[in-house]
Amino acid sequence: MDADKLQTIRAIHDSFDKKQASVVEVTRHFLDSVKKKGGKDGLNAFLTVCENRVLERAEAADQILRAEGKVPRDRVPLFGIPLGIKDNLTMDGVRTTCGSKMLDNYVAPYTATCVERLESAGALCLGKLNMDEFAMGGSNENSAYGPVLHPTQPERVPGGSSGGSAAAVRAGLCVAALGTDTGGSIRLPASYCGIVGLKPTYGRVSRYGLVAFASSLDQVGPMARTVEDAAILFDVMSGHDPRDATSATVPKGACREALRKAPETQAEWNGIRIGVPKEYFVGGLSAEVEKSIQSSLRWFESKGARVIPISLPHTQYAVAVYYLVAVSEASSNLARFDGVRYGVRPAEAENADDLAAFYRKVRAHFGPEVKRRIILGTFALSSGYSEAYYRRACQVRRLIKQDFATAFEKVDFIAGPVSPTTAFKIGERISDPLQMYLNDIFTIPANLAGLPAISIPSGTETPDSLPIGLHLIAPPFQEERLLSLAHAFEKRGAAP
Amino acid sequence: MNTMNIQNDFEAVIGLEVHAQLATDSKIFCACRARLPGGPAAESVADVAVNSNTCPVCSGHPGTLPVLNRKAVEFAMLAGLATNCRINPRSVFARKSYFYPDLPKGYQISQYDQPICEAGWLEINTASARKRIRIDRIHMEEDAGKNIHLSGFSVVNLNRAGVPLIEIVSAPDMRTAEEAGAYLRALHGVVTYLGICDGNMQEGNFRCDANVSVMPRGSKEFGTRAEIKNVNSFRFIEKAIDFEIRRQIEVLRAGGRVIQETRGYDSARNVTVSLRSKEEAQDYRYFPDPDLIPLRIEDSWIASIRPRIPELPARKFERFVSEFGLSQYDAEVLLASRAIAEFYEESVKILKAAFPDPSDLRAAAKAAANWTTGELMRLLNEEGRELSASKVTPAHIADLVRLAQSRVVSSTGAKQALGVAWKTGESVETIVEREGLRQVSDTAALEVSIDKVIAGFPAQVAEYKAGKEKVIGFLVGQVMKQSGGKANPSLVQELLKKKLS
Repeated sequence: MDADKLQTIRAIHDSFDKKQASVVEVTRHFLDSVKKKGGKDGLNAFLTVCENRVLERAEAADQILRAEGKVPRDRVPLFGIPLGIKDNLTMDGVRTTCGSKMLDNYVAPYTATCVERLESAGALCLGKLNMDEFAMGGSNENSAYGPVLHPTQPERVPGGSSGGSAAAVRAGLCVAALGTDTGGSIRLPASYCGIVGLKPTYGRVSRYGLVAFASSLDQVGPMARTVEDAAILFDVMSGHDPRDATSATVPKGACREALRKAPETQAEWNGIRIGVPKEYFVGGLSAEVEKSIQSSLRWFESKGARVIPISLPHTQYAVAVYYLVAVSEASSNLARFDGVRYGVRPAEAENADDLAAFYRKVRAHFGPEVKRRIILGTFALSSGYSEAYYRRACQVRRLIKQDFATAFEKVDFIAGPVSPTTAFKIGERISDPLQMYLNDIFTIPANLAGLPAISIPSGTETPDSLPIGLHLIAPPFQEERLLSLAHAFEKRGAAP
Repeated sequence: MNTMNIQNDFEAVIGLEVHAQLATDSKIFCACRARLPGGPAAESVADVAVNSNTCPVCSGHPGTLPVLNRKAVEFAMLAGLATNCRINPRSVFARKSYFYPDLPKGYQISQYDQPICEAGWLEINTASARKRIRIDRIHMEEDAGKNIHLSGFSVVNLNRAGVPLIEIVSAPDMRTAEEAGAYLRALHGVVTYLGICDGNMQEGNFRCDANVSVMPRGSKEFGTRAEIKNVNSFRFIEKAIDFEIRRQIEVLRAGGRVIQETRGYDSARNVTVSLRSKEEAQDYRYFPDPDLIPLRIEDSWIASIRPRIPELPARKFERFVSEFGLSQYDAEVLLASRAIAEFYEESVKILKAAFPDPSDLRAAAKAAANWTTGELMRLLNEEGRELSASKVTPAHIADLVRLAQSRVVSSTGAKQALGVAWKTGESVETIVEREGLRQVSDTAALEVSIDKVIAGFPAQVAEYKAGKEKVIGFLVGQVMKQSGGKANPSLVQELLKKKLS
């Protein structure tokens, strides 16, 4: 078994077909890597490892492999593929902490739809991945279980909130992972760690089993080393779910198929219009990041695509709108962690004089960022203020959505940076929440508008070779076209 | 002090908020049961073992999502249509936030500024008048769980959490406790006849809060109101309102001011008591639930629901009075329960064949009403049995009426026959024959008895012949006694009169 080859779904399936490795062997290899590099002494990416559960499934997969002689790809597209799951997605009987002490002892009694679909397609879930507490943060420093380290520069952050997912994929602890994206939480860590991260259209992947941060913005998506792997995961997960009323009744994804139709000929490229919003190239954008994005755009132009300057005039309000809508919803979503039914009940709360005192003692167990957002959200929704804050934010959100609808009348995609900078150092920004919030400035608009968006490696920043991500945004439910463009971009270095 | 007197210078203003649990099979946002299948109406999910009727959704597990129950929407639409409301083409579910242990998500999914039904009315009849009470809105929401306090600790039972509710909010259009009672009964009639609510107040599937204030008679400005919470019978709600009106008037008369508060009713002492002050209104931080898309109701959906509305109590009342000639009282007693009313109508339907003449039918229908509201209801109440569990059928009532009208049995005999039918369920004919309840109408046999009586009571016979006609009753009684009660009394009287003339 050549461990270096076990990096993509295609490569692993090839080695199964060629009998170079059994499913159990591959699974053990990943479990060993997780133990060696994934835990507290390493990247701190894994919070829970489901060793027995995953090995049982691997053995069952080997029986199928022996019986059928080769991987049943068409029927079971993720056959024997070891994945990691962000710890805000539930798995029946598995601890789900959301990176919070509040859920330290919470074992979910049911499995999230997206995980269920992956497992039905043969995926092997190795365990649960570290994250910012309740997905609130962009650096993974807000996890109650300690920060995840950047996979190549351990003094730096991997990005967040799906930092555990990004670091684990990049470090080869799993083939691909699930992340969730409320304001950039898939794309930002994907960009910092140099992998592919897709945030699907709102409603394309079921949210059932995703512990909500901001329900109108949250979306589950794949994080992988290649566009093809992200496409395979997306295809399996997507499609209507009767258990999620906001899940769209559009067909499940057919992205893997669409990758074969990635633009190649001059004529095909000529038909592609890429909009570049002037609002995405402003102060605060690092020179290296800008250079990388500009050179990516020049590559598209060199292929024949038209790169068109556009404007998304309400972009400047996006961060403010996001931090009103998201915190308002969060303050409500997190209300159930009150120590009665959910949430740890600390010993000192047992002797509280009354319910209010009890509540105070339980709620003290949230981390500072979560508390900050709950307080902000409670204020933004409170009587006398909700008109000026929450409702106003919802109105401006519609304007931002309209900006995109107008832009997409003229262009097929929108391109720009994912983040103003590359991965920063742990602790560097933790004392300045506002600067941290501004880090999401380019990713937030796609969440507010519910659009599909992807981060794909576009280059690196010297001297530490820190990855830079190119951000591509598409109209609603056009993941197929988005991924095929990303696929073409991904192959740009390869020989024709 | 009596309410009528004090109302000379003060006037009360009453609005009611009614919570009706919808009798759907499953809960409003998940597949758990909302009621026990096939069980009698009184049985509710609260009786099942604690927290056994729950799932990750209704127990608020992190990551779960609500999906709206279509049938609950249709039931709410029926309530709206039957109370003359507008069904809004778009309504929105909102989150109502408050912290209480029986609320697993920390918020209740309810409707706030965009409810499903608005601007309706319901007509009420009181001793003094007929009046239209406006209904401001009907909105849908989920029920909370129930806290059970044991010694030293409490448990939360979520079996009821997520049962669909509608809240029906009246305008402050009622002025007396009697009107409030009439409105509540009318509304109860509507939801139970629609079959959308079991309507059992003790079980809590029909709950009422009353907002009560008083103001100087003729004033345009309402006084400060108190809310009386969760009173669990029609009688108590009227008593509670009456007490509260008197209390507030006394406070004002003494120069005090009424404070805005929530009060409870203590039925043992017939008083309302302060539960908590509402001076500082609770902030529920309503906002649209992002997990549920707005509810859209097309006209075609409304049109497909409308035919499901049965004849409602108000219409039935008119018909019972005009068509069957029932007294208002009898009609009301029959209509108090949809089951009784339908049972009664079924018996009248059977009687139609026996009494083709309309005036005969009216007499028979009236007799059937007497049997149903009298003897049958007495038996039901005495043994605490539901009509559906009784062995007496509409055919029994129709047969009793028919045999009594045609004098085949006496009223005593008929009563006896019903008593047996109650126990055995046998047909009236069978019982009458076996128990020998058939009246003696054989003239020859009766004449023998009559002759004996005439011979045995010469003084009374003389009195009668001297013009004291009342004495005939005594003589008839004697003949009946001789026949062991089986003689047909009117026939006896007829024969006696003939003999003595």
